[in-house]
Amino acid sequence: MVTAPFGRRVAAVLSRRLVGPYVVVGVAEEAPVAPGQFYMLSAVEGWGGGADERPFLPRAISALYARDGEVGFLIEDVGPGTHRLCELEPGEEVNLLGPLGNGFTPPDRGVEAILVGGGVGIPPLAMFQERFGGTALVGFRSAGHAQAASLFTAPAIASDDGSIGHHGFVTDLLASVVQERGNVDVYACGPPVMLESVRLILARENMSGQLALEAPMACGYGACFGCVVETVDGYKRVCVDGPVFAAAALA
Amino acid sequence: MIEFCGLDLEHPIINASGCFDVLAARRAFGDSLIERFPFAAYVSKTVTLRSRAGNPPPRLWESAGGMINSIGLPNPGIDAYLEQHVPDYAKLGVPLITNVMGSSSAEFAALIERVADRPEVAAIELNVSCPNVETGLDIGADPRGLEDLLGAVRPLTAKPLIVKLTPNTADVAACALAAAAGGADAVSLINTLRAMALDPVTGAPWLGGGTGGMSGPAIRAVALAQVASVAAAVAIPVVGMGGVSSGADAAALLGVGARVVAVGTESFRDPAAGRRIAAELAGEFSENAG
Repeated sequence: MVTAPFGRRVAAVLSRRLVGPYVVVGVAEEAPVAPGQFYMLSAVEGWGGGADERPFLPRAISALYARDGEVGFLIEDVGPGTHRLCELEPGEEVNLLGPLGNGFTPPDRGVEAILVGGGVGIPPLAMFQERFGGTALVGFRSAGHAQAASLFTAPAIASDDGSIGHHGFVTDLLASVVQERGNVDVYACGPPVMLESVRLILARENMSGQLALEAPMACGYGACFGCVVETVDGYKRVCVDGPVFAAAALA
Repeated sequence: MIEFCGLDLEHPIINASGCFDVLAARRAFGDSLIERFPFAAYVSKTVTLRSRAGNPPPRLWESAGGMINSIGLPNPGIDAYLEQHVPDYAKLGVPLITNVMGSSSAEFAALIERVADRPEVAAIELNVSCPNVETGLDIGADPRGLEDLLGAVRPLTAKPLIVKLTPNTADVAACALAAAAGGADAVSLINTLRAMALDPVTGAPWLGGGTGGMSGPAIRAVALAQVASVAAAVAIPVVGMGGVSSGADAAALLGVGARVVAVGTESFRDPAAGRRIAAELAGEFSENAG
């Protein structure tokens, strides 16, 4: 496992680009990162004093890529923390803690990886595909959001409103792929309702899979016990016991 | 060097109970955690007689200048704690303070008897922010309850006993005096302030536990007032905490009479915050001296 240096570091923002309604922020970072790992991220300047005098805590954001001295983050503006992160411009600085958590375990040789991503949950899967390959199935609200499918090679797309690709859920695509191909390894990250649907498909087909979970966190390194999820072994911390869990381990 | 209850601390900064899990941090950061350990003593998360799963999620709410938590004291229970956690805590190279909580004097007594003969444990902190099963009152909110508790547990160990006072009471100094009269070696404060948040969509309580405890810079001024009032009232040493995020914050608590300062929520934002705060504090003192 890749461990993080102890303590948060100040790192320069190197790049910023728009991908549909999302922002991809690139930050200076030399450490190796595994797909599924995440960082706790906050802006050095202007962290606090936003809506409701927030943000206060850093935000847990998965790595989208890590290469050439830069780690990338795909961010959607959904609150005071992500709003500030979306504003970051090259030349600004962030506090960086990580890489944190357990990433995906790559499939055995000869087994096809099926990557199932939803919305802003796609980064670990894009990074996975770049490293290990695999077939990407990605779901978005609309064609606008689905511009982020460009982060994948040859993705199959689903959209909630039918404005692009399959009109419906990405898990519809997963169900037919599983029917057709049989022995595959499934890797998924996305909204809770999507992950639950993936988990049910895998359970029904008696197949294994790895799900990368998201949860609000105060610390990201196991200190606060705030990010627990229910598993067959009781509550587990998403930050240090995950964020990647075997689908069969989730309750 | 700071002398605290007979322990020699390298600097005055320790962690607040429940705000730093050494075992998890070791997994995340490897040996660099041990090489750069931020605290002069390690206070363990609250341990109870039997294991606890903790509260159902959601457990966190970010508030203005801080956060509200409703974690619910998950822990493996005292026997597993002593067997599985204490040997690792003992390798940190700093004194170990074990924090325990019971819902009656008898439960506290059982916990302290188990801890009393463990040489790795340098001191015991009593978390009294818990309702008494018989009276329903928080043990630590009631001076008489505190004196009764100390009367029951003080004879059981020669180890230093630190009473972690609750701020959710009418007169915290009276509670501190009761703890001191009962034979406590030190008091620590403030614990989190009882707080609540509502789901912005449904209007129902957001936290799985209904209410939670508020921490962070938002409570710093409350902590300062309570620490000042307690330090003026008792002769035993005081551990001050509440919203400390800089050396200046720590210096303020020391200035009103705390002997030691604990860092809690700031460690969530940066696990190495304790090191930075201790260094800033040393700088404050050398500046003042110069």
